[in-house]
Amino acid sequence: MPKYEKILLKNMEIPGYTGSLADYERAGGYQALRKVLGKVPPAEVTDTVKKSGLRGRGGAGFPTGVKWGFLPKDYQGPKYLCCNADESEPGTFKDRQLIERDPHQIIEGILIACYAIGVKTAYLYIRGEFVLGAQILDRALAEARTAGYVGRDILGMGSSIDIWVHRGAGAYICGEETALLESLEGKRGLPRVKPPFPATHGLYNKPTVVNNVETLANLPHIMNRGAEWFAAIGSPPKSSGTRIFCVSGHVKRPGNFEVPMGITLRELIFEHAGGMRSDKPLKAIIPGGASAPFFTPEHLDVKLDFESVAQAGSMLGSGGVTVMEEGTSMVWAALRLMEFFYHESCGKCTPCREGSSWLVQTMRRIIDGRGRKSDLETLVELCQNIAGRTVCAFGDAEVAPIMSTLKYWRHEYEELIQQAAATEPVKLMMPAMAKH
Amino acid sequence: MLKEKYKAEIEDILSRYPVRRSAVLPLLYMAQQEEGYVSETAMKEIAGILRLTPPQVYEVVTFYTMLHLKPIGKFHVQVCKSLMCALVGSDTLLAWLKARLGIGPGETTPDKLFTISTVECLASCGTGPMMQVNDDYYESITETKLDGILADLTRDGTSSLKSGPFMLPEPAGSQCKM
Repeated sequence: MPKYEKILLKNMEIPGYTGSLADYERAGGYQALRKVLGKVPPAEVTDTVKKSGLRGRGGAGFPTGVKWGFLPKDYQGPKYLCCNADESEPGTFKDRQLIERDPHQIIEGILIACYAIGVKTAYLYIRGEFVLGAQILDRALAEARTAGYVGRDILGMGSSIDIWVHRGAGAYICGEETALLESLEGKRGLPRVKPPFPATHGLYNKPTVVNNVETLANLPHIMNRGAEWFAAIGSPPKSSGTRIFCVSGHVKRPGNFEVPMGITLRELIFEHAGGMRSDKPLKAIIPGGASAPFFTPEHLDVKLDFESVAQAGSMLGSGGVTVMEEGTSMVWAALRLMEFFYHESCGKCTPCREGSSWLVQTMRRIIDGRGRKSDLETLVELCQNIAGRTVCAFGDAEVAPIMSTLKYWRHEYEELIQQAAATEPVKLMMPAMAKH
Repeated sequence: MLKEKYKAEIEDILSRYPVRRSAVLPLLYMAQQEEGYVSETAMKEIAGILRLTPPQVYEVVTFYTMLHLKPIGKFHVQVCKSLMCALVGSDTLLAWLKARLGIGPGETTPDKLFTISTVECLASCGTGPMMQVNDDYYESITETKLDGILADLTRDGTSSLKSGPFMLPEPAGSQCKM
């Protein structure tokens, strides 16, 4: 198996590493902050991040430095940074590991970002279910405050940055950046209409940057080792750096694998994740979390970088790779994901709120042997009326499982519907009248 | 009343935000911790503290699945039913629970000890089937492990089988606990 240098998961592999401040410092932690704070002009930090080619690791893959650059220049009022730790994309469990095993790496990343964009208050929005993660972060922040890394006049260099952990309460949509801001403002987590974008009108209507945990965790390393070093890793120029791929499903060795972007799905699944768990062959792959269209075994040689996966018709998304073996019903798999989207639709936009319910009902009907000939058309029509017609990207995401399984495994749908047709007369028989 | 009992904590929470309303989720958690669910009295009190109308608090409670408007069992067993867990046996886990506790999702045992819910992805897709009981995760659950967890919970109120800081694949040597 090819060995790659790990960046983000490196510390936690040190035997006995607990993620405490002492452990983190011993592993070279907070050196980047010391190097940068008050010594490198903030604009230069942003430039370095731009040059590194770092792109957002939450799903959309927007260039981080460019995102920072959208904040209004010379703005005097308060600005905010939100660390998005609402990790809820089915198939994704990398941020949880970064948080629970090496919390200071994230805190140092937040501090560097805050310094670069002139933010004095950052909120770390963590999904409500991560109770342990929130406790670990709170403990780490207390350690960092005592050591003078967080709070007033950090390291005596004149910068003051506070970081607060804010727990969500069980809503997938709060991982969408504007819904996250609404939630943080104490409201229902409904995505906002964009524009205006958070860069100008974000938290409390102030300029705001929202970055994912893994994105921020990369910053200390970029500052320590330079933009050129980072830019050369992976699949430059568009997909620099490593990705933590979360492999789940029917593989021998599920888990988080940090590898340079650009390795193939085949290498990830068959070498890093140990291949299929039994002698059943591979049937389907979801390459980037529940929102990413399904792949078939023919896609095994697709390179895992933003462009290659997009070109092949899916998306790299959050890095959640789910593997399914032969024998798994694709209609059932799509229904399971559809049920997730139905449950998590926030209800703001009619096409998504109503459409997701209709999609689930139609899919259940097909699975339960009550499918109608017209159902496939209904599914497609519904999907086409959701995608692109909602305020946020959720609408595009929720149609991905159905549209992609219909594309590659349409016969499975048709078989179920044909079976239903064969039994139809029996089902349609009138029940016998009750005798009184 | 929260205000009298947790005066310092509430002040501390409010000091983190420039706008009081932001404290609604932290205060709702506090109320739920206190009573086991979010009562109408608590919502009205929180509205008062944050200078909101009671409906502004209520509409938040109804949006987020982790907040409960009614009392539930002492142990809230939340089984992840999303695809990734379903691929490795979450339906079987629900059947095991049904066989042991006699209840299904949405139900509470007569002794008010256990409530079962099905939930969507909890970010432990590599370690399914899994469930969260109150604050703790239990992962890679087998039938034997489930028996151990339920026995521990009934006897001690907690279980050593819960997950520690997450890492997968597990590092060489034993799992370290913070």
